[in-house]
Amino acid sequence: MTASATHSAIDAVWRIESAKIIAALARMVRDVGLAEELAQDALLAALERWPDSGIPDNPGAWLMATAKNRALDHFRHNKILERKHEELAGEMELEQEIAAADLEACLIERMDDDIGDDLLRLVFVACHPVLSTEARAALTLRLLCGLTTDEIARAFLVPEPTIAQRIVRAKRTLAETRVPFEVPRKDELAARLASVLEVVYLVFNEGYSATAGEDWMRPALCEEALRLGRVLAELAPKEPEVHGLVALMEIQASRAGARVGPSGEPILLLDQDRSRWDHLLVRRGLAALARTEQLGGRLGPYALQAAIAACHARARTAAQTDWVRIAALYDALAQIAPSPVVELNRAVAVAMAFGPAEGLALVDALLSEPSLKTYHLLPAVRGDLLAKLGRTDEARAEFERAASLTRNARERKLLLDRARASNHKFRVVK
Amino acid sequence: MRFMMLMIPKGYEKAAPGAMPDAKAVAAMMKYNESLQKAGVLLSLEGLHPPSMGARVSFAAGKPKVTDGPFAEAKEVLGGYWMIQVKSREDAIEWAKRCPASGNEVIEIRQVQELSDFAKTLPPKLGAREQELREELERKAKKR
Repeated sequence: MTASATHSAIDAVWRIESAKIIAALARMVRDVGLAEELAQDALLAALERWPDSGIPDNPGAWLMATAKNRALDHFRHNKILERKHEELAGEMELEQEIAAADLEACLIERMDDDIGDDLLRLVFVACHPVLSTEARAALTLRLLCGLTTDEIARAFLVPEPTIAQRIVRAKRTLAETRVPFEVPRKDELAARLASVLEVVYLVFNEGYSATAGEDWMRPALCEEALRLGRVLAELAPKEPEVHGLVALMEIQASRAGARVGPSGEPILLLDQDRSRWDHLLVRRGLAALARTEQLGGRLGPYALQAAIAACHARARTAAQTDWVRIAALYDALAQIAPSPVVELNRAVAVAMAFGPAEGLALVDALLSEPSLKTYHLLPAVRGDLLAKLGRTDEARAEFERAASLTRNARERKLLLDRARASNHKFRVVK
Repeated sequence: MRFMMLMIPKGYEKAAPGAMPDAKAVAAMMKYNESLQKAGVLLSLEGLHPPSMGARVSFAAGKPKVTDGPFAEAKEVLGGYWMIQVKSREDAIEWAKRCPASGNEVIEIRQVQELSDFAKTLPPKLGAREQELREELERKAKKR
C-alpha cells in the first residue's frame, strides 16, 4: 500500500471509530475537550506508525487501546491527578485517601461500559443548550462525525480560524460549566432532545440550501445529518420525534436530484420531475414515519412536517396531492408550533384544498405580522392567489413587491416574469 | 456515495435448493448488520437463495433462452448484498473488512450509479417511464 493509500484508509477508520473513541474517553476523563485531544493523539500515533507497520487487523481496537493508554498516562503525569482524584473519590463514595493505583482501577473500570450509552451521552453534551446553536453544530460535526475544522469551515462558508475558535470556546464552556457526561434525566429529556434534533436539522438545512456548483462539502452536510439522525434513531428508538426528524430528512433528501434544473435554477416542489426523486429514500422516510406513528401519542413538530412531506411523496403527480390532508396537518402544526411561516404554508395548503379565496383570507390575516414585513414569500403567495382570483392589478403589485424583497437573483426574475404575465394572462379562476 | 457490498460465497454456485447458512454464521452476520445500522450507513440489504432455485435468461442467439439453475459454467455467484452510504471508497472497504465472513467468502465493492451519472444519456421521458414501473411494482408489492 502506498503512503497516500494508507492515509486514505486511516481517514476511513477514523470516520468510523472516532466518535466511539471520544465517547469512551469522555466517560473516563469526564471532559469532552480532553477526550478529543487524547483521541487525536491516538490518531497521530496511527498516522506515524501504520504507513510502516501496516494497518492492524483491528484498527478500531488499536486506536481505542492507544487512546486509553494516553488517558492513563495523562492522569499519571499530570497535576490534574489530584483534582480528579478527589472528584472520582467523591463520586464513587470512596474515602478521600484513595491511592493512585485505585484511581487507575476506577478509570479502567469505566472503560468497559456500553458504548451505545457513551455515544448518546456525547450527543447530548455536544448539543448542550449552554452552547450557541452554531457552536453545537460545529462541535457535533467534529465529535460525532469526525470532520476536520477545515471541512466544517468549508461546509458553513466561514474561515477556518472562526470554526477552530468556535470549537475551542465550546469545549471550554462545557468544561467551565461542568456539564456532566450523562444522558439527561426524564424531566429535562424532552428539552435536551429538542436541542439535539434542532442541531441535526440545522446541519441538514445548511447542506440542503446549497445549490449545484458549490463546494461539495455543503451537500455532504445533508448526508452527515441524515447519518446522525439514523444513528440517533438506533440510540433512542423510543423517541417519536427522532424518527419524525429522520423521516423528514429522508423524504426531503429524496428530492435532491429534482430540485435544481440543468442551469442551477431552483425547481419548486410541484414542478419537479418526480421520476428523479430517490425512491429508496422515500421508502425509508415513509418507514421512519410509520415508526413514529407506531410509538403512539400526538405527532410532534418534526413528525407533522414529515407527514406533510409524505403526502407529497405519495402523490404520483402534483395534481394527485392530498391537499385536504396537508391542510389538516398544517392546522395541527400551527397548534403545537405556531409561527407566521407555518401559517403562510397553511394558507397555501388551504387554497389548494378549498380554493384561492379561503387561502387569501388566511394570508390577509398575516399582513400585519411584523416578522413577515420583509419576507418575500408573503407577497409572492398573495400575488399567486390574487392572480388565481382574477384580481390581476393587485397580483402584479404583489409580485413586484416580492421581487424587490428577495435576495436571490433567479427568484427575482421568476417573480418579475409573473408580474408581467399578470397583465394579460392568468385570468384563471379556480 | 452509495456502494454495494456484494457477497460472493465460494461453493454457493453448487448449493442445493433451500440451502441456508448455519445458525452461528447467521448470528455473527446479524451482529455485523446491526453495527452497520447503528453507524447510520446501512441503506438496505438482502440475502439470496442459491442459484439452484433460480434461472438464467441469456440472449446469445438474439432471443431469450432460459436455463434453470444450478449453472454448471458459473464460477462465482452472489449470495446477497448490502447497500451502504459512505463518504468514500475507502470507507466502504473499511466496512467490508469488518464483515465476519468465512474463508470461502469474497466481498466485492461496487459504487452505485446515481441518476446524475445518467444526466446526459437518459432521455427525460425514459426517466418518467422508469418511475411508473417502480410505482406499479410498489403497488403490487403492497397488495401481496
